[in-house]
Amino acid sequence: MKQDTSHINALENEAIYIFREVAAQFERPVLLFSGGKDSITLVRLAQKAFWPAKIPFPLMHIDTGHNFPETIEFRDRLVEELGLELIVRNVQDSIDQGKVKEESGRYSSRNSLQTTTLLDAIEEFKFDACIGGARRDEEKARAKERIFSVRDDFGQWDERNQRPELFDMLNGQIELGQNVRVFPISNWTELDVWSYIQNEEIEIPSIYFAHKRKVFMRDGLIWSHSDYVFQEEDEEVLERMVRFRTVGDMSCTAAVFSEASDIESVVAEIRDSTISERGARIDDKRSEAAMEKRKQQGYF
Amino acid sequence: MEVLKIATAGSVDDGKSTLIGRLLYDTKSLTDDKLEAIEQRSRKNGYDYLDFSLATDGLVAEREQGITIDVAHIYFSTKKKSYIIADTPGHVEYTRNMVTGASTSQAAIILIDARKGVIEQTNRHFFINNLLRVKEVIVAINKMDLIDFSEEKYTQIKADFEKLMAKRDYEDQKITFIPVSALKGDNVVHRSTNMSWYKGTTLLEHLEALDLAAVSNVGTPRFPVQYVIRPKTDEHHDFRGFAGKVYGGELSVGDEVVALPSQTRSRIKAIYFHDKQYETASRRSSVTITLEDEINLSRGDMLVKTGNLPSIDKQFTATVSWMDSQNLVPGKKYVVQHGVNKVLAKVSTINHKIHPDYSGIDKKTDSLGMNDIAEVTFKLNKPIFYDPFKKHRTNGSFILIDTQSNGTVGAGFISED
Repeated sequence: MKQDTSHINALENEAIYIFREVAAQFERPVLLFSGGKDSITLVRLAQKAFWPAKIPFPLMHIDTGHNFPETIEFRDRLVEELGLELIVRNVQDSIDQGKVKEESGRYSSRNSLQTTTLLDAIEEFKFDACIGGARRDEEKARAKERIFSVRDDFGQWDERNQRPELFDMLNGQIELGQNVRVFPISNWTELDVWSYIQNEEIEIPSIYFAHKRKVFMRDGLIWSHSDYVFQEEDEEVLERMVRFRTVGDMSCTAAVFSEASDIESVVAEIRDSTISERGARIDDKRSEAAMEKRKQQGYF
Repeated sequence: MEVLKIATAGSVDDGKSTLIGRLLYDTKSLTDDKLEAIEQRSRKNGYDYLDFSLATDGLVAEREQGITIDVAHIYFSTKKKSYIIADTPGHVEYTRNMVTGASTSQAAIILIDARKGVIEQTNRHFFINNLLRVKEVIVAINKMDLIDFSEEKYTQIKADFEKLMAKRDYEDQKITFIPVSALKGDNVVHRSTNMSWYKGTTLLEHLEALDLAAVSNVGTPRFPVQYVIRPKTDEHHDFRGFAGKVYGGELSVGDEVVALPSQTRSRIKAIYFHDKQYETASRRSSVTITLEDEINLSRGDMLVKTGNLPSIDKQFTATVSWMDSQNLVPGKKYVVQHGVNKVLAKVSTINHKIHPDYSGIDKKTDSLGMNDIAEVTFKLNKPIFYDPFKKHRTNGSFILIDTQSNGTVGAGFISED
């Protein structure tokens, strides 16, 4: 039997190669795990890269405390089933320590507060490589990202002075205190990820499939009704069939109306969609350069 | 469905970003929210047309200055193919980014501003595609709308470019000329009604028809050991797998192989991809190989088929594209990263500088500055196992890493012995 050379298979092979480079070139790598489809895909790819050995690094979740309960339940089950090591660090602790201030008002979110907690955790564990599920097709500042992206000891991305990346040679040499953000699925598109999840029959949190949820409308987006999400008194709570295309903090992830209740219909829906994945990310709507600014500050 | 990687090359304002934006727009690859953002920003900038470059220029500084500073990767797909476009900057000081973009691409689009014709920069763009042995080159003569879609002027530019083609040393390259207007959409995806004299395909039609096997450079099989997998679990107690990516051709179970540098022989016992076993591992697949004999192999070592050995040497000469603001000088030490293998290297001599505009070489050279291209001889502290770049794109290339800054400061293409 010969391996197939389709597009998705080529992407899978490329990602596995990147995972092995991380394991070989770094002392203390970590996989940043949010419980979303991209990081779940990363876990599957890492399993494949090192089989029959175990994944040689831990997972870390920077928990905003405002997650969808379905995601947390899924996270804990996955870790248990696969026998993985999970580190959790909480944004609430950073707030309690006075390092970051909780936002208030209509658009308050804990999403950008994660950066501080992440950078503290990197320092605490002396991680030299942080593997993330970002993809270049997500957002225009992401499209500029290298596969091995060096951050200084403040976690900052110097977008104008990135290392050239040639052929498939990945240079992971860094100084003490620096770290490299690694993006094994850089070249995947949203549809590629969904197709892979479908082909591999990978389990994902239930919120990705259509379900009835209490929501309210604001700025043309569908917000979740929850204690974590600021809501004006005149914003009416409705019950609707929705699903999520991207999973982040509840306060920055908008839902989409959908009837897609299984993976086949989700893939079909994504294929026909006229809105980009991050079109439902409230954190990206703050300004044209929202993502670029967050990345300069050390956001993953 | 397969994926085609394309790099763009052109000078500032030749319209590279606009061309890509147009490709996205006309193939309906731009989602409503992205289009809306482009419309808003175009209005804000006071343009009376949609500025498609906003689809690709992702950094604030790029949008402010209207130029591309760094490589952006753009993705779109049609029913036939998936495309990845490396949108590379055109400034002369960003030559390194052009080399970067072209290094992973099988096809290149060189843009020419029809008003300006073939300029010095065009020579440079073509030179880099030659140096990197990009097999498929499309010369898009853009802004045809600004020269009244003149066939005569197009023919003249084509003739000028053909003169340039006589100077190249890599002739195994297919070159196609297409007159386009990225801004107005002529011959990008839709056939132009303004240039009835042009009988060729549109840019997208051409890309769709490309045979991916024909544009890939395939060499002989090389298998650098990337990572040794030793689970040491009860279930897989004696498992000792060599993980890596197959460069060049194919490897099959039963193949007689030589391990480098020890030159020990063995046979391939099994090929794994995750928990499945395969008879043959094809090019670019990231597999795990087990051998019939217990051989000591570690990262950076290489498995090759018997009777087909690469050069094993502690020195080599290469064409180097220098990418750092600190000069390369003879006597200085760098790390050579050749695939996954890292060795310490010393620059013995800079033999000559090569003018990337085909104007010859410069023998009186004692250092290399940013964007210089030169032939350099290196001495290594350990032998590496290489092929000349002309015969093997992957096993014939390397990067140079500065031992102090850790930055990637150069790219090299190994010459024939």
